[in-house]
Amino acid sequence: MSSTNAKHPELSAIFNKDEARVDWHDETLWWIRQKRDKAAWSVPEWEELRNTASAIKNNVLSNLHNYLIEFEKNAIANGVTVHWAADAKEHNEIVHAILQQNKVSQIVKSKSMLTEECGLNDYLAKNNVEVIDTDLGERIVQLAGEHPSHIVLPCIHWKKEEIGELFHKHLNTPKGNADPQFLTAAARIHLREKFLTRKVAITGVNFAVAETGEFVVSTNEGNADMGAHLADVHIACMGIEKIIPQRKHLGVFLRLLSRSATGQPITTYSSHFKKPNAHQAMHIILVDNGRTVQLGRESFRNSLKCIRCAACFNTCPVYRRSGGFSYNAVIAGPIGSILSPNLDMKKHADLPFASTLCGSCTNVCPVKIDIHNQLYLWRQEITKQGYSPKMKTAAMKVMAVALSKPALFTIGGKAARWVVKHLPFLVNNRLNPWYKQRDLPTAPKQSFTEWYKQNRHEQ
Amino acid sequence: MSSKEKILAAVKLNQPALQQLPDLGNLNAIQYEDTFLQFSTVLKTIGGTVVEIKNTDEIIEYVKNNFSNVQNFVTTLPELPEIKMLDEKLDAHFLENIEVAIIRALFGVAENGSVWVTDEEMKIRALPFICQHLAVLLHKKDLVNNMHEAYNLIGAKQYDFGVFIAGPSKTADIEQSLVLGAHGPKTMTVFVIA
Amino acid sequence: MNVGLFIPCYVNQFYPQVGIATLELLEKFGCKVGFPTKQTCCGQPMANSGYEVMGASCNELFTEIFAGYDYVVCPSGSCTLHIKDHLHSEKNEAAATTIRKTVYELAEFLVDVLKVEKIEASFPYRVGVHQSCHGQRGLHTSQMSELVAAPFSKMDVLLKQVKGIELMKLDRVDECCGFGGTFCIVEESISAKMGKDRVADHERNQVQVITGGDMSCLMHMEGILKRKKSNVVIKHIAEILNSEM
Repeated sequence: MSSTNAKHPELSAIFNKDEARVDWHDETLWWIRQKRDKAAWSVPEWEELRNTASAIKNNVLSNLHNYLIEFEKNAIANGVTVHWAADAKEHNEIVHAILQQNKVSQIVKSKSMLTEECGLNDYLAKNNVEVIDTDLGERIVQLAGEHPSHIVLPCIHWKKEEIGELFHKHLNTPKGNADPQFLTAAARIHLREKFLTRKVAITGVNFAVAETGEFVVSTNEGNADMGAHLADVHIACMGIEKIIPQRKHLGVFLRLLSRSATGQPITTYSSHFKKPNAHQAMHIILVDNGRTVQLGRESFRNSLKCIRCAACFNTCPVYRRSGGFSYNAVIAGPIGSILSPNLDMKKHADLPFASTLCGSCTNVCPVKIDIHNQLYLWRQEITKQGYSPKMKTAAMKVMAVALSKPALFTIGGKAARWVVKHLPFLVNNRLNPWYKQRDLPTAPKQSFTEWYKQNRHEQ
Repeated sequence: MSSKEKILAAVKLNQPALQQLPDLGNLNAIQYEDTFLQFSTVLKTIGGTVVEIKNTDEIIEYVKNNFSNVQNFVTTLPELPEIKMLDEKLDAHFLENIEVAIIRALFGVAENGSVWVTDEEMKIRALPFICQHLAVLLHKKDLVNNMHEAYNLIGAKQYDFGVFIAGPSKTADIEQSLVLGAHGPKTMTVFVIA
Repeated sequence: MNVGLFIPCYVNQFYPQVGIATLELLEKFGCKVGFPTKQTCCGQPMANSGYEVMGASCNELFTEIFAGYDYVVCPSGSCTLHIKDHLHSEKNEAAATTIRKTVYELAEFLVDVLKVEKIEASFPYRVGVHQSCHGQRGLHTSQMSELVAAPFSKMDVLLKQVKGIELMKLDRVDECCGFGGTFCIVEESISAKMGKDRVADHERNQVQVITGGDMSCLMHMEGILKRKKSNVVIKHIAEILNSEM
């Protein structure tokens, strides 16, 4: 995410200047979508599993108040310190206060989209705390001074040769070596030293169980566990919507999460943290940051069911061809396009329009969020709140009048090709963006209405 | 008002009318004719190794033949006399040079090739993550079909930390090329005993 | 049965042959077809741009002219879906409700209502089917590649009855072509790229004619094909089903 004000169409156009790279990006993500399909087909009850997950999440949202209280009570009984943060600022301050209490200025962190959302790394850097992201993909984008372009595959936009160059510069690997095996081994050595020397580790949370007060973190690399088990203090940061009612519900979500995300039957590690180790302190920070507002938006609350698998990214024909940075939001892709306007409607007014409403996202969603319907509803909301361009509003008014008055639509009874002049994609003008890469249809001698009147009209 | 009170009040105000939890019993979850075959097939595809054994002596023989630095092997299993027992009091940071760690798993899951381990079996939580190679002993009778059966088996049991482990640590962050041994073990061997 | 023919505005103006084929096809199968000439547009271009609220008068007109037919049939999944999901009327909500239930996309009408099992048509070409998103994922006219479910396709059921036709397999069976209404203008670079990729899939698989149930997607792909001077052409499914023996 950058601080630019550029919108999705402009940023996509920049990404599309290198068509070969777009093809590479598209095909890499499509390959993951295909792996997801294969994994889904290995579970005959897949669709029923999605229905079940969706129903559990609906229950969570409808009973969140009690579940949060239950979770806190059980977590405290387990010896965990529970904090509540109303917004990103408070979350960051809580983390910083814990670090100060422990006199720590260097920490490791495994993947947490919540800390990205809160801008924790930048905040801690300003307070002279060094944060090392330990997920390989996140470490790569961190070394490059970027943010993740994808919530599960943070450096999906990087080519191995570029990573080889980056590692040469930062980790002293030999110039020109771009072998993934070799580069991963170099990162392993580099990060092992960090795991062994840092006293505080931050992790995210995939699921938190109200019934037991435990929370589950899923990784493939083992970086969350390396960080948490080797540190004196483990801080787990989670949005309040990550609660699930009972331990047995983990069975449903762990079956869906990695199959949807990467096509794996389960991630390598699904770690259930319940009580801190002896001599270790464990903190959980429960964060709102706009979630209670979204919970109150009836049409959009369903987005809080998201388990951050990114299946909607991988299937999205727009995301695959525009890249994560074109969204200019912490969470890109279809789900980001319905979550981001809740946080800042004006800034993200472009995102619900960065879609053809094809609906593929809704079909892959393991918790059945009706993403494409919500994109449509956000479009209405953005217009209602006045964040649509004025020119567009004016044009739409003209269209609305004409389409409701047949006499205007076909002036003087003769088809006036009103559509030709006014439907934006058919404007017969070579400055029309349609014409840049596409020809316009040739106008026939007569319209269907004219033909019909000539050939069939009996009245 | 504290943030806790503010958040809880806002949640209460904004949450919709109560919707019932679904009955997981209605999920007709997958069953396999041969759970061992399914378990080993999946575990192999995700980078793990499955070795069928008749007695625990075969574990010792196998690890000695397949890994080096035998002085850096540790186990939490009393039935492996030739392997050094893990000192439970050790600071986790001293496990950095462990070459092979051999632990017990409570059960395995056929649908995804994972095994369930709690801190009772690993003694030190960092052990199965920090070792270069992980070896796990699993009884063939302790295989369940799917994750629902897995959680039924766990039930309300107490543990301080528990983990499903499915194969060696891995990453595909560099151009989606699969690399085994990201931060944790480079290999995982599951010894299945009848 | 009395069928009200609903011809999308851009089809009316640019592809009258699709309207004619739809009309003739319905008549062949015994429908009494009426075409209310006062029809304009379903209002989708406004709604998808975030101006659904401005579509109210458009909806009133639509309800007024299509009330009373047994069915409303349209050679576009997208416009059909829009009516099905969003048609409401202050003056006559009962009629609007009926229309929402009786509006059909052509292929689903032929398969589900008329239960057509024999089509006298010949089309000796290699044909690639474009699954338009709104027809497929909105109206469920075919199984979707994302779902774990048994395969079916209403368009294939019909096309397989056509003599001489060879249906070609695609690499990505149901990816969006990138038209998306105003999306094709606002997001020009992505839209065009999606269109190019979709067309390339058909070309790679030796398709001579791309067909589908939505002229808007076909128009988009035609724009790409013409620009690159490709030999591949587009035909609406109504034209193929109505082709002479």
